[in-house]
Amino acid sequence: MTEAVPKPRTVLKLVLVAFGMFGFGFALVPLYTVFCEITGLNGKTGEQYTQSTVEEIDKDRLVTIQFLTNNNVDMPWDFRPQVRSMKVHPGELNTTNFYVRNTARTTMTAQAVPSVTPFMAATYLHKTECFCFEQQQLATGESLDMPLRFIIDRDVPPEIETLTLSYTLFDITEQPQDQPAVAAE
Amino acid sequence: MSAIIEEHHHDDHHHGPAKGLMRWVYTTNHKDIGTLYLWFSFAMFLLGGTFALVIRAELFQPGLQLIEPAFFNQMTTMHGLIMVFGAVMPAFVGLANWLVPMMIGAPDMALPRMNNYSFWILPFAFTMLASTLFMDGGGPNFGWTFYAPLSTDFAPPSVTFFIFAVHLMGISSIMGSINVVVTILNLRAPGMTLMQMPLFVWTWLITAYLLIAVMPVLAGVVTMMLMDIHFGTAFFNAGGGGDPVLFQHVFWFFGHPEVYIMILPAFGVVSAIIPTFARKRLFGYASMVYATSSIAFLSFIVWAHHMFTVGMPLAGELYFMYATMLIAVPTGVKVFNWVATMWQGSMSFETPMLFAIAFVILFTIGGLSGLMLSIAPADFQYQDTYFVVAHFHYVLVPGSIFSIMAAVYYWLPKWTGNMYDETLGKTHFWLSFVGVNVTFFPQHFIGLAGMPRRVPDYALQFADYNMVSSIGAFLFGFSQLLFLFIVIKCIRTGKKATAQVWEGAHGLEWTIPSPAPYHTFSHPDEVDLKEAHG
Repeated sequence: MTEAVPKPRTVLKLVLVAFGMFGFGFALVPLYTVFCEITGLNGKTGEQYTQSTVEEIDKDRLVTIQFLTNNNVDMPWDFRPQVRSMKVHPGELNTTNFYVRNTARTTMTAQAVPSVTPFMAATYLHKTECFCFEQQQLATGESLDMPLRFIIDRDVPPEIETLTLSYTLFDITEQPQDQPAVAAE
Repeated sequence: MSAIIEEHHHDDHHHGPAKGLMRWVYTTNHKDIGTLYLWFSFAMFLLGGTFALVIRAELFQPGLQLIEPAFFNQMTTMHGLIMVFGAVMPAFVGLANWLVPMMIGAPDMALPRMNNYSFWILPFAFTMLASTLFMDGGGPNFGWTFYAPLSTDFAPPSVTFFIFAVHLMGISSIMGSINVVVTILNLRAPGMTLMQMPLFVWTWLITAYLLIAVMPVLAGVVTMMLMDIHFGTAFFNAGGGGDPVLFQHVFWFFGHPEVYIMILPAFGVVSAIIPTFARKRLFGYASMVYATSSIAFLSFIVWAHHMFTVGMPLAGELYFMYATMLIAVPTGVKVFNWVATMWQGSMSFETPMLFAIAFVILFTIGGLSGLMLSIAPADFQYQDTYFVVAHFHYVLVPGSIFSIMAAVYYWLPKWTGNMYDETLGKTHFWLSFVGVNVTFFPQHFIGLAGMPRRVPDYALQFADYNMVSSIGAFLFGFSQLLFLFIVIKCIRTGKKATAQVWEGAHGLEWTIPSPAPYHTFSHPDEVDLKEAHG
């Protein structure tokens, strides 16, 4: 009104900042995933372990691993570990099974999501085979023994004597099926 | 409001406001828009306050007497949303509209048409938000922090309207903030440097930057919710590969700067009022500017102190604990400066000063309970209890809201040309002061004793303090009707105010007549820089 001022440039910059921050909000999603992978925060376990060289087994140490299963809200399936806990040597390849049965009247698809406590232990649990890498589709009454093969890393810190691997089973029948399974991302 | 209509020429810069109701729809005048924002904010304050009284009425006694738990949840959610986004934020934007141009000697805001848009978005946003209460399944019931997946998988269908309402508020805030920044950076009177600006202008400049930085993140997080609900994505759904804790990180990355957005302009208001009534210059002007900037910076790196109990590594807990405690340092500088300004001042206790002093004392109490909450190991006890409720209400009600009331009493004579009724003003202050403390102080005790927040019923041991708290809430709530009466009375009648209004007032806004003419500082030579700040 009074004089010419270079305000369009200020406005443009501020608008760009606003759009940039909108993008930053979305960028937080992959940043968070990477951050969790590096630190093991939130107990996220890594993807399928494919180390070819055989690790030496640490026969002097025993680590207790406990298995927990939970059903997410409204998930009717029977879901339980075959053994509740194991004592294993670091470096050793172990196998256990989880039992699952569809008790609903319809065919359903499920996805198990793993989580490890304490969080620091998550990066030391290597899974060479896990049912959580894929989805399970079961007809009414159908049951399945699902294998889990894992190695506890030899470098697991000495203060970790027990770690808990917990699976939550989600009903994903309604969700688009082309989504990648969680841990195989 | 009864401005004198002069001759009406379209090309004349000195014409008065247009006639009739359409004046308010089309207006691009910063004073008109400031008035609109303030009235809108007051309407939302009464609406959100009504929701609060529904909550307090239900909590008057243990057991369920008045409302269903499902409706109770909608009340806590809507109370929070309306007060944060509808009452406190628009009130400060209204003050910025009225005062920033007058304080820096600018003729108007830099982008007047956008100013009009950013106000007129708000009534639509809040009508949409409030209308969810009448929809199937009710309104939002997941708390104002709308943690996913509670707000996605388990939300009522109306959540989509909530999301769009948040988008609209965000757009409005961002446009308003861009306007404030551009005005301050480009339209200062010739010769006025940044360090000559009144502190209210400084605090708003910093607040506006915070808003531009974090409101888009809020828009992003609600957009992710929208996609999770309608488009089959799984940002926050663990079954599809998402993570519910991610929601909390993104939300609080917005949420923590947001709480400073609601308090920094209050610091500016109080820094204007205390020197006037202490009849001294503000102590430590430069340190106030640096303290405000430090608080704004720190607000971006402390967000996870809202999430101490989600399961964080020890290093994370320690970092967020110490970073949070660090905020007490610049805040302490501010409180020290206000007290030092009053020290040996020739003080008088008109209503704005009473509110400002109450602000300093009660905000400090709220700050100290915040310091208690920042202690990570202790927070495991306090998390989600009434102690948290007491803490943030102490910084928001006798903090932000008292500062807004102080500002209204302080500048009302400048806006209307009339003095308000001092006796009624003081009565309003004392009723509010007693009401606020009776409401929120007992909540510290019931919180420490373990009463969780957001519950419609509670154990018998909490009954007495809840009853006290409810009585205080009704006292505080109804005394705001007196505030409404005082403001209307001041608009209509009252002793004529002088240009300076207050004996000790300094600043450009006090150099122009009361009521402030429709157009001020149209020419740079009208500005007397010696009066720029006290």
